[in-house]
Amino acid sequence: MATEGLRENETLASLKNEAESLKGKLEEERAKLHDVELHQVAERVEALGQFVMKTRRTLKGHGNKVLCMDWCKDKRRIVSSSQDGKVIVWDSFTTNKEHAVTMPCTWVMACAYAPSGCAIACGGLDNKCSVYPLTFDKNENMAAKKKSVAMHTNYLSACSFTNSDMQILTASGDGTCALWDVESGQLLQSFHGHGADVLCLDLAPSETGNTFVSGGCDKKAMVWDMRSGQCIQSFETHDSDINSVRYYPSGDAFASGSDDATCRLYDLRADREVAIYSKESIIFGASSVDFSLSGRLLFAGYNDYTINVWDVLKGSRVSILFGHENRVSTLRVSPDGTAFCSGSWDHTLRIWA
Amino acid sequence: MPCLRKVSQHRPRAAGAAPGPVWWVLARQMERMIVSMQDPDMGVKMRNQRLLITVIPHAMTGNDIVEWLIQKYGISEEESLHLGNLIVKHGYIYPLKDPRNLVLRADESPYRFQTPYFWTSTKWPATELDYAIYLAKKNIRKQGDLIEHEKDNYNLLHKRINHTWDFVVMQAREQLRAAKQRRKGDRIVIDCQEQAYWLVNRPPPGAPNVLEQGPERRNCHTTRVQLVSGGYRAHGPVALATSSRCSCRYIKFNEQYVPHDPIMSGCLPSNPWITDDTTYWAMNAPMVPTPTKLRVERWGFNFSELLTDPLGRAQLLDFLKKEFSAENLSFWEACEELRYGEQSRIPEIVDSIYQQFLAPGATRWVNIDSKTMERTLEGIKTPHRYVMDDAQMHIYMLMKKDSYPRFLKSELYRNLLAEAVIPPETKKRVFPFMRKQRHSSPSPALLPPAGDTEDCGGLMLAVT
Repeated sequence: MATEGLRENETLASLKNEAESLKGKLEEERAKLHDVELHQVAERVEALGQFVMKTRRTLKGHGNKVLCMDWCKDKRRIVSSSQDGKVIVWDSFTTNKEHAVTMPCTWVMACAYAPSGCAIACGGLDNKCSVYPLTFDKNENMAAKKKSVAMHTNYLSACSFTNSDMQILTASGDGTCALWDVESGQLLQSFHGHGADVLCLDLAPSETGNTFVSGGCDKKAMVWDMRSGQCIQSFETHDSDINSVRYYPSGDAFASGSDDATCRLYDLRADREVAIYSKESIIFGASSVDFSLSGRLLFAGYNDYTINVWDVLKGSRVSILFGHENRVSTLRVSPDGTAFCSGSWDHTLRIWA
Repeated sequence: MPCLRKVSQHRPRAAGAAPGPVWWVLARQMERMIVSMQDPDMGVKMRNQRLLITVIPHAMTGNDIVEWLIQKYGISEEESLHLGNLIVKHGYIYPLKDPRNLVLRADESPYRFQTPYFWTSTKWPATELDYAIYLAKKNIRKQGDLIEHEKDNYNLLHKRINHTWDFVVMQAREQLRAAKQRRKGDRIVIDCQEQAYWLVNRPPPGAPNVLEQGPERRNCHTTRVQLVSGGYRAHGPVALATSSRCSCRYIKFNEQYVPHDPIMSGCLPSNPWITDDTTYWAMNAPMVPTPTKLRVERWGFNFSELLTDPLGRAQLLDFLKKEFSAENLSFWEACEELRYGEQSRIPEIVDSIYQQFLAPGATRWVNIDSKTMERTLEGIKTPHRYVMDDAQMHIYMLMKKDSYPRFLKSELYRNLLAEAVIPPETKKRVFPFMRKQRHSSPSPALLPPAGDTEDCGGLMLAVT
């Protein structure tokens, strides 16, 4: 990203003012297109009936706070990581642990399953993202085949494989996101623009596009073009850190969860926030969000140990799920939408259906 | 096997270090709630509570708190109790009976609002000195009979701040003397308040530390204004749309997909997580001889659905073969392999694509418009990951706009729909103790990688 020097009649203050007035103009333009709220249009949609979801599996085995998890494409295996450095691969259907590795750092805040199901990636306070091929060879030490891929200058907060095992996208406390070639560890593209730690990212579902969204401590959600490294859209309506972002299944929108105790829906084509999911009684931050397969439901895990289920269209809360005994730190819906998994600081993961 | 743990232990937040702005966000929200709970007109009903022989004013029962939350926020009793418990755990309300347990009971147990002086956000940080004085007071009052963890902490502090210990003891004695001059009721209240404060700021072992926030944030100091060349939108104008048009898209998407959403509409024969029966997964495996009706219907929603389903893609390939345009799909797959492939193999893959699809006289020559072809051929002189983007998009759109609609009208697709199965529903077993055995499945990591046949790109591996 090229940075130019100041021109003669420009000062930092004058440029800041110009930026603010441009922002204002942009908001004006956006507002002109805002003729009606989503939940108003959704009034004609049938209301949801009684909603019952229960814990169907409890995965116990982590000795400390569970920080992150991801599903395998086989719809039943998951990888999870925790504060004590342990990363575990489970067949969550049988609750058997299949692999375990101990990272040389604590607070492994990010983990991801490779699309092939043959490897996992993880990282945290070591400022790196490492890839471990999964092996069933009893004689092989998983840690021996570890490949260090990403190097940031601060903690790794999120990571995700792209459409193959060979590329990883990372987000970091150093305020940047980056795309890496797994084989060589080469940095393919970096993404600068957040004014503070980046806490989360999600890749757009489209197979034609090449974009992803990130959220950070600067209260901004930014949409990036992976090829050019440019930020193509930016949203700043949250009042605090954005802990989680997730695309709506069609790819036209994304949801965010924040420490301001709200979740929001941002439409990419309208280029604005179109819904807020909040309740006066919910005062704890939302740590992670994900959509059900149809995008009708938004599951959000909170720091008050609960999971709230929102009607995405109507904006109302459908249900609240109790069970965890400490913060819910991570939440993902399974690839075929049959269940979702939540991980918590209470050391357990739960599968809900 | 010893694990070679390179100790880069995260330094826990030093006692006295501010928890960071994130804590303040929650504290402010909670305090706002607490203030409204204490509203003289609309707040929680307060009255005198009797503790043995002493009367404590401005107290309330656990029941009152729960009821108030139910009424104020329109929530269930379960949610109200849960929220109330968190308020107590964070020390904003404390119990008068059994003050060592910060727990909210939905009964006649008495509670009081914590004085703002002792709000964690007010008295921040909780210093070692303050804690030492508190423990010293307790030590004197109980004549050395402290509970274990307090005894340990006392000894630890005694060692650590030994140089100020005289001051600590002096302060402790002074505070105890001043307390003796208060009425019994006030003394009890102040003791409870102080105890609650320390339970939150120095939780006993085993108790959750509600103040723990995780690793420190705001570590990058990007305060400079980023001067970006190219402006705010570097990617061309974003097609802005009206809200109502966008909302209609959500409605339409919802209508289409809700029947396919297992959580919303259930799934047939049953949801494996609920009944322990994996038939649903078996019937929807990536490659099955007979797909389900829902699956085949979904291919009709949009081109993307057809393409991303390995079975759908295979059907599309069969159809394209009949139309003599199968090379389009193969080209598209090869371009995907380039986009998501290893950096080191880029020149090799680009060359392979050129030889197979673009070179004059190539066996599977793709029909791209001349301008795009020219641009692409020029581009591959310096091959890079995105060099085929234009050509790939051209072919993708061709398949989407041209071949796909014909596929949907074709006999091939109509037969697929007709032959597709609708599994009968299996209800959950009535007798849960006759639980079905949960069969394991082979891990994808065990399977040999999918063979690189001519037809399927090596990237999208079939995973059971």
